[in-house]
Amino acid sequence: MKKIITKEHFMELLKDGMTIMVGGFLANGSPERLIDIIVESEIKDLTIICNDGGFEDRGVGKLIVSRQVRKLIASHIGTNPTVGTLMQEGEMEVELVPQGSLAEKIRAGGAGLGGILTPTGIETIVEEGKTILEVQGVKYLLEEPLYADMALIGGAIVDKYGNLRYHQTMRNFNPLMAMASEIVVVEPFRREAVIDPEYVVTPHPLVDYVLEDE
Amino acid sequence: MIMEDKQIIAKRIAMELHDGDLVNLGIGIPTLVPDYLDPKQKILFQSENGVIGLGPLTDEETWLVNAGGNKATIVPGGSYIDSLLSFSLIRGGHIDVTVLGALEVDSQGSLASWIVPGKKVPGMGGAMDLVVGAKKVIIAMTHTNKGRPKILKHCTLPLTAARQANLIVTEMAVIAVEADGLHLLEVHPDYSIEDVLNMTDAELIVKDVIPMKGMKS
Repeated sequence: MKKIITKEHFMELLKDGMTIMVGGFLANGSPERLIDIIVESEIKDLTIICNDGGFEDRGVGKLIVSRQVRKLIASHIGTNPTVGTLMQEGEMEVELVPQGSLAEKIRAGGAGLGGILTPTGIETIVEEGKTILEVQGVKYLLEEPLYADMALIGGAIVDKYGNLRYHQTMRNFNPLMAMASEIVVVEPFRREAVIDPEYVVTPHPLVDYVLEDE
Repeated sequence: MIMEDKQIIAKRIAMELHDGDLVNLGIGIPTLVPDYLDPKQKILFQSENGVIGLGPLTDEETWLVNAGGNKATIVPGGSYIDSLLSFSLIRGGHIDVTVLGALEVDSQGSLASWIVPGKKVPGMGGAMDLVVGAKKVIIAMTHTNKGRPKILKHCTLPLTAARQANLIVTEMAVIAVEADGLHLLEVHPDYSIEDVLNMTDAELIVKDVIPMKGMKS
């Protein structure tokens, strides 16, 4: 299968300054092996887009602890104390985005939309610097699309074509991110021969690479 | 048995949930609410990380977690969804009730819960979407913080949302947010109306106050 990628080949795709989306919710559904390879690669100045800051030893938190992240775009950072420390020291920029808006921004990036209009964040500091539009008498914030150089997908059950479905709550942001990145790399949670077409969540043309088994 | 403040709050909020409700519970006191529900009640819990029909916590091996990252279960008929559908349900008005903690709530129902500038910046997570989108927003919090009122004329911390709270339940009182202000509805039998007024910065409209439902002195 052409889509299988070795650790070495994956490392060749990694560049300083990349923007990378990482699936997972508090590391549930995050591709831990792919993250470990990035730590090992020592690439730096990354912009990471993830639901949260993970934990210091799990999920995207490992990239933050290893000081490879220049900017984090997330909805929640409370579970990884290093995020707060680096933010206060000015070592890492953090952009906090309401979770639903983060999901929609990623969807917009993957769906060719110029952004989305949401009531979330109106009359809060989230609206600062953003365009407000009134539609049918209601005020909405224009949240612009997010797109990345690479998406790292976890929690996926992968078939021989590269079709994906997801296991339990590891689905979260993964299918959205698989739509919104130049290169999509999947770390399989499990493999199965062929996923019934009725149950494919991420169709294989969206998937560029599947990490080989250990 | 003496109930702790958070148990009083959870028990009283459980009485606000009804058969057929789709409910999202925030982290902290709200997670105690199911302890006080009758198992026969048909209430379905949504968890914003991607579950409809969240069940009790478990120690079993599983990749099903709740929004706090704790291992959990799913009830029969439940489903897994992605973050996009999860928040479409939340913003789209498909969640009947959300129960969340807060640091401050004010006389208009504006609330602050996600940042203490210069001190603590956990982030808003899904809270901003939940309070904007849910049909009913119930605030579960202690009445004061180190003796200082949390129900204020105006919030001092950055807002989670403006004018979205519908009901405030503390260990002292149940307070409804209406267009004309905050109505004191119920007072816990351990306190007087005067106690509640003394511990509340915002003005409370007081008429027809009853003892807090489900509580004994």
